[in-house]
Amino acid sequence: MNKEKPYPESMMETIRRLETTREKRIGQEIPRLGLSEKEVLLKKYHPDYRDGVKREIRVGVNRGQSIPNELADLFEGESMVDPDRFDLSSPKYKTDVLVVGGGGGGATASIFAKENGASVILATKLRIGDSNTIMAEGGIQAATSELDSPALHYLDTMGGGGFHNHPELVRALAHDAPMILGWLTRLGVMFDRRPDGEYLASFAGGQCRRRVHSAADYSGLEMMRVLRDELYVKGIDILEFSAAIELVLDESGNCAGAILLNLDTREQFLIKAKTVILATGGIGRIHIQRFPTTNHYGATADGLVIANRVGAKVVFLDATQFHPTGTAYPEQILGLLVSEAFRGWSAQLVNGEGERFINELETRDITSSAVIREVVERKKGIETPTGMVGVWLDTPLVDIIKGSGTIHRVFPHLFHRFKTFGIDITRFPVLVYPSQHYQNGGIHIDVNGESTVRNLFVAGEASGGVHGRNRLGGNSLLDVFVFGRRCGTAAALRSKEINPGKLSLHHVREYHDALRKLDIQKQPKSPLILPDYRFERALPQVHQ
Amino acid sequence: MSTRSKTFEKGLTKNNHLIPIYIFGKRYEVPESLTIQKAMEYVGYRFVRNCGCRGGICGACVTEYRTPGDYKLKIALACQTVIEREMQLTQIQFVPSHKEDYDLEALRGDGSVLAKVYPELLRCLQCNTCTRVCPQEIDVMGYIAAAMRGNIEEVATRSFECIMCGTCASKCPAELSQHEIALLARRIYGRYILPPSRNLQRRIQEINEGKYESVLDALINLDREQLKDLYSQREQEPQDSSGWEPQNRDFPEGQLL
Repeated sequence: MNKEKPYPESMMETIRRLETTREKRIGQEIPRLGLSEKEVLLKKYHPDYRDGVKREIRVGVNRGQSIPNELADLFEGESMVDPDRFDLSSPKYKTDVLVVGGGGGGATASIFAKENGASVILATKLRIGDSNTIMAEGGIQAATSELDSPALHYLDTMGGGGFHNHPELVRALAHDAPMILGWLTRLGVMFDRRPDGEYLASFAGGQCRRRVHSAADYSGLEMMRVLRDELYVKGIDILEFSAAIELVLDESGNCAGAILLNLDTREQFLIKAKTVILATGGIGRIHIQRFPTTNHYGATADGLVIANRVGAKVVFLDATQFHPTGTAYPEQILGLLVSEAFRGWSAQLVNGEGERFINELETRDITSSAVIREVVERKKGIETPTGMVGVWLDTPLVDIIKGSGTIHRVFPHLFHRFKTFGIDITRFPVLVYPSQHYQNGGIHIDVNGESTVRNLFVAGEASGGVHGRNRLGGNSLLDVFVFGRRCGTAAALRSKEINPGKLSLHHVREYHDALRKLDIQKQPKSPLILPDYRFERALPQVHQ
Repeated sequence: MSTRSKTFEKGLTKNNHLIPIYIFGKRYEVPESLTIQKAMEYVGYRFVRNCGCRGGICGACVTEYRTPGDYKLKIALACQTVIEREMQLTQIQFVPSHKEDYDLEALRGDGSVLAKVYPELLRCLQCNTCTRVCPQEIDVMGYIAAAMRGNIEEVATRSFECIMCGTCASKCPAELSQHEIALLARRIYGRYILPPSRNLQRRIQEINEGKYESVLDALINLDREQLKDLYSQREQEPQDSSGWEPQNRDFPEGQLL
């Protein structure tokens, strides 16, 4: 690979244009958009608003809500469990709290449930820690500086969500954030700190104060490896390669356990639990509108599918977050996240003519819409040899503005990743395009994380309401810990006061009957558990 | 709005050369620009193990391979590495590790703690195999030497990019689990060696004393229009904020209470 020309000549040409405008761009102020300008941009360019990409849920408690077609397909699938044959009388395990999901939310819920005296089983479909948490680059929000406050954090979060967020949940998020940061630090998470111990916070889009606390661009990895260690030393029972494929109820309609699938042996087995916490994450790997994704291999909406089938209400599932800076080149890593922290550290978005086109610290929905407008409508994108079109993220600006060596210090992971493909991001920009990143909505919860089905709790991305229709950067890591802790604590306390009766899969039978009454195309069974990239599906596809 | 749909199939399969590779010894022909992970999927593998983040950070897809005419055994992450002609590859599903149970709260930040918890640390032969096999290019032997000297800060900072794949531990003739030793060092560093943040302590104390209860209660009771109005009045901290202060330090409390 040619270190002086890491991109094909047609792309290098646009880089030379970008370099000539750099000096002028450094002092350029692009004002933030007003609320009405934002609304116009979203409706015109955000993928959520495209025609024909959603349809109504036709079966179950959420009937009538509009959701992406790919998710509706899963909701219209039948269960992998045969409700007439599965033996509910002999559970393989019994526990006070069953936690489903091995990311930050599941780990935190398990730790707090155990600390509150409950017996805990943590089941996860891959390895413990395999999750979107581990991939989080930017960091975690908490109002810690003197010029900041939980009230400003509240306002930023509500505005980011289009003022649709559930207020009590945002209150909990902003209120608990500093305490969560303290908790993680006491567990030994190596946050970026000054020698005097103060945190080095940075910006994410939509924040009026610097509020993102990071561990270089390995923030999620650093938190997850500490939490995983804490799970081990606390002796929490962990079942890996065990996917939850159905929830079970007791006679009074309360959640009382789950049926899991051992992915090594294909055995279906029952865990009877007084309370269940779903921390199953998001949906990136179902590829809404065939967008590439920043997400982990297991992000296949499993928790949503089984929660919907058991009768839990969902909210805002029609709002998908596309991260403005997914990788657009090289195609081997198409869709992977290029941290928002780059823009927090002064990197700019630049079109093929060397121009900026949006304030880079707008919220993600707005910034993504602006990138799509630049590429699809204004045709000012940069095309790769295989036909992907993106815009430049001018990364060398970070070292130019913040001082030489900043990229090495703040972004070692991304520096390493692009170096593997011959691109030195301290010298050359990276090509980006929106990539499916986050499920803004999810299962409806209260401030303790309990769903509308009693004894079924939900933490993290699988839940909905806290982020409204668009999540701010740094609020997702925060969400998993805040609501992981609240869920774990509440579920442990609840488990002390209940004794579930006879188990039932009647809800699955009813769901199947309702599906069969509709004259609809039969879908594969669900949940999906893992995506299928075999054969030609291994080749990248995109829908711009 | 109208949307365009396209695939890269043309670029990858028709214009793109097929080359042979050997997966667990078996020959397949695959498009030459694919990563090892996608090449395995292209020939029909559907991963349950050896696949996690697909972004170079979870350590699930460590792959060992050799290329023709080279005695060297190479190690790489399948999701981040492009295939090479006639490479022979294998993947390891799980690395047994030695991990001790400890209560971090019962430990302290003095240099001897690592060798106390993991006494096998002192068996290091300084063969440098760990460093050579690390897919993250970490100087593993270097941080193990620092651990033997009891320099926790050095272990913590030099091992910081560890993805806990355990490849070092799988190859170590002295049978160390280097990644577990480094993890303990990082936790001790974050917990005991970095001083606590005064700003954070102050903020937590304020929250515990209920300082923000009334403003948060007022905020959750605003209707959407009032909230939008308040949102639009926020003052933006600038990129270069040294010495910056908002004009209204009493925002939004002043508007609400």
